[in-house]
Amino acid sequence: MFYGLHEVEMKILRLACPKLVLLIVALVVGSFAGLARAERIKEFDRSGKLIVTEQSAAEQQPAYDIKNRPKEKVFEVPRPPFSEGIFPCSQCHKYMKPNPQRRTLTEYHTDIVLHHAEGQRWCTDCHNLIDRDKLRLVSGDTIDFTESYRLCGQCHGDKFRDWKVGVHGKRTGNWNGDKQYLLCVHCHNPHDPKFKALKPLPPPVRPGSASH
Amino acid sequence: MSEIKKNSYDQHRSRRKFLKGMAAGVGLIALPGKDASASMWEEFFQKHFRELSKDDLKNVLARLEKKYSTQFGKQVTVKATPPIEGVKFGYALDLSRCIGCRRCVYACVKENNQSRDPQIHWIRVMQLDKEKGVDLSHAEHYYNPEKVPEKGHFYMPVQCQQCENPPCTKVCPVQATWKENDGIVVIDYNWCIGCRYCMAACPYGARHFNWGKPGLPAAEMNPATHYLGNRPRPKGVVEKCIFCVQRTREQPGRYPACEEICPVGARKFGNLLDPESEIRYLIENKRVFILKEDLNTQPKFFYFYAT
Repeated sequence: MFYGLHEVEMKILRLACPKLVLLIVALVVGSFAGLARAERIKEFDRSGKLIVTEQSAAEQQPAYDIKNRPKEKVFEVPRPPFSEGIFPCSQCHKYMKPNPQRRTLTEYHTDIVLHHAEGQRWCTDCHNLIDRDKLRLVSGDTIDFTESYRLCGQCHGDKFRDWKVGVHGKRTGNWNGDKQYLLCVHCHNPHDPKFKALKPLPPPVRPGSASH
Repeated sequence: MSEIKKNSYDQHRSRRKFLKGMAAGVGLIALPGKDASASMWEEFFQKHFRELSKDDLKNVLARLEKKYSTQFGKQVTVKATPPIEGVKFGYALDLSRCIGCRRCVYACVKENNQSRDPQIHWIRVMQLDKEKGVDLSHAEHYYNPEKVPEKGHFYMPVQCQQCENPPCTKVCPVQATWKENDGIVVIDYNWCIGCRYCMAACPYGARHFNWGKPGLPAAEMNPATHYLGNRPRPKGVVEKCIFCVQRTREQPGRYPACEEICPVGARKFGNLLDPESEIRYLIENKRVFILKEDLNTQPKFFYFYAT
């Protein structure tokens, strides 16, 4: 019974095989031809006119590969605004046993009052538990404090996008040369990020009330 | 008869007055010393900035550098850097960020050698009601609370809009103000006659007149100057924002002083002809408006909302 079935199967395969190979070859050739053919991209300009541009195979975006993500561009930023003598964190933390327990800090860092989605957040959501000199992304990757914009960008994607092109945040330096970026934390205290009110500089003198 | 008599008397008196005045005038011209009068004559006969030959310009700049250096007791440079090819400057201000702290106003005064007393500010920050929106009839620019921003208000700094179609340059009877190739509207302070027509023509209140002798303390004077920009102005001429021409026309060009000081990063500056510039990005991607669009002045100063 078993033997017989096998024989039948082999027969079918033998018959089908050349056709199968042909089919596979045809498919592969067809798909290559399809890839090589320039793809038509439809876009609209500002007035609503349809523009059809052709992209060659080389110009086409490769599929997103989650294992080999393109490396994030690293922005040159000044030193993060650490409190005096607080960094590296490991100078104290390497002698301490990491305690992931959510609690109110009573001995150290009592000046830090979290006012930044405090209901959903705790120190070690952003600060790496083991290596304290690093920050921790949601993905589990650890990053340096100089790259903290990536941490902020996880939630504030719109601001991150604007920051990267220079629309959000302060730019100094040269408009046609080197631009100085600032980290998010240079203007926003990460534990209490709302921009603080300032004393305005004096108003202009009213006409007729000048001193002379 | 008596009428004729009176007339001849008047004529006689006015002729005498005229001769007296002539003598006094000639005396005044003769008064300054030899060197001083030479530079004075040079200044008097200086051509329009755009008619100066290369050598003329060099002499003019040297004369001004010497004059300002002695006046302020430090080495003053006066440049006349021309516009950069392929550059048209644009400015943008994020109304959703500005908190009305007036840091820009005073950074501008410092950079551009405005008169401290009598006071001249090239930037005016208006406080507006959030409920009323951009309604200039409810603008208040003398606001002075303990802390800004105040609840229910937003802030709108106004300075020269560097119009592509500037009404101010059209009315100048002596063409002392014009639009340069990089879009900056400039003034030749040596050519300005102080008629203030341009101030009347400007719908943004961006032009300011030196009613008195500018009060600029030597210690606070910025010695890096441009002929069409922040060089010290005499009494009786009009001045205005010139996008810090002394900084921005250099290679590499620094950002304007107001952009650099802004603590909230609301101010953006760049080349409108460069598709990669931040100014182009925000014009293409954000909600943008220009002030008094209906007047067809076509400002190159844009207000936007980043959020």
